[in-house]
Amino acid sequence: MSKANAPSAASGASMRWRRQIPAAIALAPAAVIVIVIYIGAMLWTVRLSFSSSKMLPVFDFVGWQQYERLFNTERFVLSTWNIAVFGVLFIVACLIIGFLLAVFIDQNVRFEDAFRTIFLYPYAMSFIVTGLAWQWFLHPELGLQKAVRDWGFTNFTFDWIVQPNLVMYTLVIAAVWQASGLVMAILLAGLRGIDSELWKATRIDAIPTWRVYVSIILPMLRPMLVTASVLLAVGVAKLYDLVVAMTKGGPGLASEVPAKFIMDNFFERSNVGLGSAAATVLLVTVVALLSPWIYAEHLRPKGARK
Amino acid sequence: MSEAAVPQGTRPKTFDVGRLGVYAVLIVASLFFLIPLWVMLMTSFKTMAEIREGQILSWPSAFTAEAWPKAWLSACTGLTCDGVRVGFWNSVSILIPSVIASIALGALTGYAMTFYRVRGANLLFAILLIGAFIPYQVFIYPMVRVFSLIGIYNSLLGIVVVHVIFGLSLMTLLFRNYFSSLPVELFNAARVDGAGFFTILRHVILPMSAPIIIVATILQVTGIWNDFILGLTFAGRDYRPMTVLLNNIVNSTQGEAAYNVDTAATILTALVPLAVYFASGRWFVRGVAAGAVKG
Repeated sequence: MSKANAPSAASGASMRWRRQIPAAIALAPAAVIVIVIYIGAMLWTVRLSFSSSKMLPVFDFVGWQQYERLFNTERFVLSTWNIAVFGVLFIVACLIIGFLLAVFIDQNVRFEDAFRTIFLYPYAMSFIVTGLAWQWFLHPELGLQKAVRDWGFTNFTFDWIVQPNLVMYTLVIAAVWQASGLVMAILLAGLRGIDSELWKATRIDAIPTWRVYVSIILPMLRPMLVTASVLLAVGVAKLYDLVVAMTKGGPGLASEVPAKFIMDNFFERSNVGLGSAAATVLLVTVVALLSPWIYAEHLRPKGARK
Repeated sequence: MSEAAVPQGTRPKTFDVGRLGVYAVLIVASLFFLIPLWVMLMTSFKTMAEIREGQILSWPSAFTAEAWPKAWLSACTGLTCDGVRVGFWNSVSILIPSVIASIALGALTGYAMTFYRVRGANLLFAILLIGAFIPYQVFIYPMVRVFSLIGIYNSLLGIVVVHVIFGLSLMTLLFRNYFSSLPVELFNAARVDGAGFFTILRHVILPMSAPIIIVATILQVTGIWNDFILGLTFAGRDYRPMTVLLNNIVNSTQGEAAYNVDTAATILTALVPLAVYFASGRWFVRGVAAGAVKG
């Protein structure tokens, strides 16, 4: 073959170039998807947010009008507030419960596999199933409240799912039930990676176990905690199915969330312009919150990694 | 993952009060995770008369399984009463092509990105990655317009294409990371021997990829089965997946809700991902860890 004994710069370069052709063809579908959907559809949505589109898209230009309308829409403002409350409580609760579960499982317990399986199984199920299960469990007349009252605690009240100012907390409970096992699994893998020498050293120094966990182990688990937080945060921005299944946004508007606001305006309320503006706000928020992490984790040059 | 099997926490010497506390906490936590499932199961085996008495946690006094065939065969959404089986088969027909196509495309893309230096491939990967974090709502409306323009809106092909599109980020990430961990010498040796792009993929790379294909299958089967929003938007009336049908059955009943049928239908909908979960064991955990961008 000529390439073996005639390594001239020109033929080498053309060989290399020719070798890339099948690879370039193989990347074509991904390129089309990225250009048409990930970039194209996104820009289209942003464009529509500056139009007066109602039921069908129109390509006029009305400036920031839809955004002004959006932030004067009570339902959207409430949705934003709801998702903020939900997001903070959900992430914090999942991290705390997930960490505690991982630590307790890591105490060399019997039936470890059984416990781990029980803690993680809800994560395999859809938000629709989760939402319907909790909707039934918390049913104000036939659910948990009634059962506890029948046991003799006649004053027991747990009807948050029908209380406008408390309903978001029931969504938090259901979501924590679904996802805290995930945090447990991620952190447990981290705990198992910790050198057993560390435990010997802390025992010689007679440091209390809880102190070791809080002051030494927790900082060591930082990368896993970051991964888990990002995963949970992505779930927060996408929160839709759980609300639809469990509360339908109610009672009234009390558990509306931005993702649902957008879907409703696109497909039910014929407010494409307003929905697009809300989608754009969601996009900007997500990108602003996640870009430092994406850069540090995946895009920073390999050499720069610790 | 083999080292994960060896616990390395503090080793207890004897059984003491602290140990008892550990087990107490774990058992209470287990109850929290199990009770909703328990309640669903018990309700599905009760009669409506007993359900109305409100003992949601109790064992059925008159055990009956009649809600289950009803849920499967004749539960109603609006005027049609065909049960969740219609949704089950719709989900199966969506699932199979979507899983195969998305894994194939992810493996191909990941392979080309790892072993070949195509211009712009890194940029492509970066955008794919960021795309994985962005809520569907940002893309969904223009996609509906494009899909109806080219005639695949509300069709089986449409929903499969959508799953391939939104599965591409995670699948590419999985395969790219896995391929990067393979010894590049194998690839180089095959190339020196004159093997081409697809020959190397088929005879060198894929035979070593069983672990990541298993992980990808677990993630895609559970992810696509559990999808609601995409099926709701793109599948149309004829291919409504099981989650969409289930939600319609439970949340839009006229008259008194048949809670035993509803809970049976809910459990039926959860069966496929639960079966995958219990059958795959530690693989599921591995998939969860590998698919750190899923959601």
